[in-house]
Amino acid sequence: MSDRVLLDYGSGGKASQRLIREIFLKHLGNPGLNRLDDAAFIEDISGPLAVSTDTFTIFPLFFPGGDIGSLAVHGTVNDVAMLGAEPRYLSCAFLLEEGLDMQDLDRIAASMGRAAAECGVQVITGDTKVVPRGAADKMFINTTGIGMVIADPAPSGSRAEPGDAVLISGTLGDHGLAILTHRQGLKFETDIQSDSQALNTLTSRLVREVGDVHVLRDPTRGGLATTLNEIAVQSGCEILLNEEQIPVRSEVQGGCSFLGLDPLYLANEGKFICILPGELAEKALEVMRSHPAGRDAALIGHVREGQKGRVVLRTSLGGHRLLDMLEGEQLPRIC
Amino acid sequence: MNLSNEFRDPDLCRNILDQIQHMADTPFRFMEVCGTHTVSIFQSGIKSLLPENISHLSGPGCPVCVTHDSEVNTFLALAEEDVLLATFGDLMRVPGSRGESLKRAQARGARVNVVYSPFDALQLALDNPSQNVVFLAVGFETTAPTVAATLKVAAQQQVGNFFILPMHKLVPPALKALASDQDIRVDGLLLPGHVSTIIGLEPYIFLAEDHNIPAVISGFEPLDILQSMLILLRMHKENSPAVINNYKRAVSDGGNPRAREVMQEVFQPVDTAWRGLGDIPASGLSLRDEYRGFDARERYQPAPLHAEANPACKCGQVLKGKILPPQCPLFASVCTPAEPVGPCMVSTEGSCAAFFKYSL
Repeated sequence: MSDRVLLDYGSGGKASQRLIREIFLKHLGNPGLNRLDDAAFIEDISGPLAVSTDTFTIFPLFFPGGDIGSLAVHGTVNDVAMLGAEPRYLSCAFLLEEGLDMQDLDRIAASMGRAAAECGVQVITGDTKVVPRGAADKMFINTTGIGMVIADPAPSGSRAEPGDAVLISGTLGDHGLAILTHRQGLKFETDIQSDSQALNTLTSRLVREVGDVHVLRDPTRGGLATTLNEIAVQSGCEILLNEEQIPVRSEVQGGCSFLGLDPLYLANEGKFICILPGELAEKALEVMRSHPAGRDAALIGHVREGQKGRVVLRTSLGGHRLLDMLEGEQLPRIC
Repeated sequence: MNLSNEFRDPDLCRNILDQIQHMADTPFRFMEVCGTHTVSIFQSGIKSLLPENISHLSGPGCPVCVTHDSEVNTFLALAEEDVLLATFGDLMRVPGSRGESLKRAQARGARVNVVYSPFDALQLALDNPSQNVVFLAVGFETTAPTVAATLKVAAQQQVGNFFILPMHKLVPPALKALASDQDIRVDGLLLPGHVSTIIGLEPYIFLAEDHNIPAVISGFEPLDILQSMLILLRMHKENSPAVINNYKRAVSDGGNPRAREVMQEVFQPVDTAWRGLGDIPASGLSLRDEYRGFDARERYQPAPLHAEANPACKCGQVLKGKILPPQCPLFASVCTPAEPVGPCMVSTEGSCAAFFKYSL
């Protein structure tokens, strides 16, 4: 095979076959995918199902703590898990730019294979397109996940109720800052790693062992602040957060003050918000903290009647302020 | 959240707040003139904890907010040229007179690169020798020395495809204009920490000596700000105005002479217009003759649109502390972070944006 991705690899001809065999089947192969039929055949799941799709584009493709491949698995697996479901299968579509380094593609497919195995999901159908150089930025990946819903009723952003506790599974802002600091042009050295990880085994345990979980949601783009605002609007209630309880690594805090960013708006790729009746908070924290993905879990606030659709932050000094949704992405400041 | 930083210690902060509460038995109006102070005061919740007698005003301290319409129109005109623009992220959403912005220009094909330092912009020029790179040089005394140092390197290396659009502003002349304005009544000034690392204490002395205004150079953590407010309040009550450096861990009284030297080598003071404040003598920086070859205005002579600011926009009065953002008729109705009319709403450190974002 060529050391670069050629337009031929998306032609559907022999070159495409070679790419599928030597890269995708090698790393992602399983009986379902190996059939190479036009569609995947699923016969072992039934009942209420959760389906989610997401497209991944990230620069750089490889970053501390992960790469676009592991991210594309974790992201969709986590979205399915947030419905109180156990993800089982993924589809995966690659959009490749002509000239992409074949070794990079191989590394990314290998990373996807490892991530899928760790989450207990299989990639059972896929697609590859190659576009001319310049028509895409190296590589985009779309994954769709399907899983069986085990929570009844399923958690939803509209189910937060006054009296509920708001929990977070760990530290905030790690992914966003890791990506920012590794982008070209920002010479700012840190050891911060992306938190990209699968959350499905932890959310399954929460649903099975704690029960009545009202909301599960992963605060990806827009961070904790944006996601909580969405929940406050969907549920028609107010959320009060305690700044002192919100876990943020000191390196992340430091990097953010240097760049004029707020960690509460930075993306996370391995954390989730859990909202459930106040009396279940202790039990849920216990379950979360006993799992590697929830070691730093914390109770960070509660839901109240208040003003519908609003998130209020009680600062560590005891003051109160609005925690609003951002208009667009955060941009580092001048001075 | 990490509270190990002693300058965020809640107990220490509450202690100072108690003292402020105790001392504030008459009305006291203080103004900060630094966007980072604005944000910190809101973000930490200090704003919601101040006693009723204390009013907090945000002055002309955000470099984006004071960038004049005509300058915004100039860099938007440059975006139409065949150049690579390099800019700090802050300027991306600033609207020009026709609602255009760099973000929108970028979507239409302008090549705009967000950089974090002028040296990154120079590197961009070195990496793209066949392209002209223009760096949009906004900011106060904090950023001007780095831009000057970058130009010195560019001159030494005879880089022919690197230009800047000088739009720098100087803080003391603006403070002088504010202090001399009879309509503005301020009982104390919180002075900008970053700018002071460069200029030191001396350029502010006139505030106390000529205008009887107490002033304190302050850091940005909640404890810094509260301590500085307490010092201001004390000077006000004792009627003993002075200029105090309360940010000694970063600011030496003499500032940074080396940085000033580099700045003066490359730039010279020039009369310039501030948004909201108007023309202020010797409050901007233009390139000295030896560096004029780097001036994008000379190279491209961009024809800016005539500045036609929305007459209803009260950014000017907000910047002078004459009104609070919610008193502007456009605030939160016509003018929002999504559709900002004035830069005070677009900049993350602008006072209108801070009010919109943080006020309950």
